[in-house]
Amino acid sequence: MLKSKKRVSDIIMYILIYVCSFLSVLLLAGIIIYVFVRGISSVNWSFLTTVTSKLKGTVGIAGNIVNTLYIIIITMLIATPVGVGTAIYLNEYAKAGKLVTIIEYATETLAGIPSIIFGLFGMVFFGETLHMGYSLLTGSLTLILMVLPLITRNTQEALKTVPDSYRNGAIGLGAGKWHMIRTILIPSSMSGIITGVILAVGRIVGESAALLFTAGSAKALPKTLAALFPKLFQSGGTLTIQLYLSATSEGDFGTAFGIALVLLAIVFLINAGTKMLAGKFDVNRLK
Amino acid sequence: MNKVIEKTAKMIFLICAITGVLAVVSITVYMFIKGTPALKNVGIAELLFGNVWKPTANPPAYGIAYIILSSIIGTFMAVLIGIPVGLLTAVFLSELAGKKIATIVGGAVELLAAIPSVIYGLIGMMVLNPFLYKLELLVFKNKPEHQFTGGANLLAAIIVLAIMILPTVISISTSSLKLVPGNIKNASFALGATKIQTIFKVIIPAAKSGILTGVVLGIGRALGEAMAINMVAGGSVNVPLPFNSVRFLTTQLVSEMSYSSGVHRQVLFTVGLVLFIFIMIINFILLKMRRRDVMTNA
Repeated sequence: MLKSKKRVSDIIMYILIYVCSFLSVLLLAGIIIYVFVRGISSVNWSFLTTVTSKLKGTVGIAGNIVNTLYIIIITMLIATPVGVGTAIYLNEYAKAGKLVTIIEYATETLAGIPSIIFGLFGMVFFGETLHMGYSLLTGSLTLILMVLPLITRNTQEALKTVPDSYRNGAIGLGAGKWHMIRTILIPSSMSGIITGVILAVGRIVGESAALLFTAGSAKALPKTLAALFPKLFQSGGTLTIQLYLSATSEGDFGTAFGIALVLLAIVFLINAGTKMLAGKFDVNRLK
Repeated sequence: MNKVIEKTAKMIFLICAITGVLAVVSITVYMFIKGTPALKNVGIAELLFGNVWKPTANPPAYGIAYIILSSIIGTFMAVLIGIPVGLLTAVFLSELAGKKIATIVGGAVELLAAIPSVIYGLIGMMVLNPFLYKLELLVFKNKPEHQFTGGANLLAAIIVLAIMILPTVISISTSSLKLVPGNIKNASFALGATKIQTIFKVIIPAAKSGILTGVVLGIGRALGEAMAINMVAGGSVNVPLPFNSVRFLTTQLVSEMSYSSGVHRQVLFTVGLVLFIFIMIINFILLKMRRRDVMTNA
């Protein structure tokens, strides 16, 4: 009697476990299919290469794509060296102590701050105190703070896997510490650094709350290459911001789903990229 | 010459490392500088415990009690749904699934984590809200005094949040379940326990601290989410009941920051400060938990 009762409860738990596990797969499949079906009719060449204009009768997101790329490039150009530098300092220079604890706490804390708070801070600090207003630069500076922990942590993980014999070997051969870092450590932890960079790019592509009050929502396309530079100081909405506006104030769901499809494609490509790198990383370690 | 290079290199790395610390300090300082004037201008009690939000009326009312309450209840309910589902999925991934199925389910979880929040919001608007509207019509059929929301309500926000915290809960729980040593499991099997008994009586308790970390991270994620729930939760400040249109701390900022000025704007910064304090408490708990884990492992 007791035994059969237990089996029934076991079966119920098994069913619950299976149902919950397949929920994730089902959700993902549902999201992909729904976005694809609703979005595919909006996505075509002119959607990707023109700017929405009533005058010309075009619907397109080229301006938002340029803004997104712009923000990714500026953010990563600054965040990558700073994040890698932080990791190198923590792993190679610092001795365990108060300063290291503070820096590590700060990194953890930054990683836990929600993007809307970064947006608020970016708006008042870069936008108002430093008078940069709503601009791509304000947005990028805000996002640097947001992605720093990602790059620092991934670089730290990679640095930890570099055997000490490499370091001692280089130093023993008479190399200076900086020379050793530049020629031995950075190259051998490259895949970790790149993983961090790709993850950070993914985070930027999907970010919206931190950009709404910092980079703004303009979608104009610069007319010439020379016009790209002043754009840094002008407002510019990324793909996610345009999706948000299309779905809410503009009520243009065709565009919203079109952008959603483009975003999903980018995000999945990025995921595949990190997977590939992780695989490579493992093989290197086995050797 | 070499010495100069070495010293400069070290200095530069140190400056990089200090950047993060400076960022945290200035964010904290700014949040307090911007968030406190309203406490003085409106009055702490009226602001934090007042439940009327009419920033543009004359005289204006700036009570954010319902906003704080919505955030707490919304987060709590989302976690209450997300954690059992996430934990059971983690159990599947670490204990039951074959390699192939684990790759598929694990991959799906990873991709769910990568989907931008505006897409969750968009799908919530198009799928969840109409469905909840039908439910609302059914539930409040004979109650004309109910203010109909078209399905954009607290319930919608809870469901979207529960889905959005799933990947966090699953990935942290799975890795801590995997760390449970095999000999504990074998001891349990040897005593005649079934697999399910072993999982729930032995493995999960052994992985408790890791799972708790996942829970706290999930709470932080739900509390800080802004755009997705702004799109599905409706837009009025209300008592947080399932079928009421509600505002959260985060969505209050998203929807009113752009047009606010004067005291209204100051109050919005106080809303930001309240959110920031909640998040800092959660961060602090996480740091303590991690530290304790490191101590016990060493």
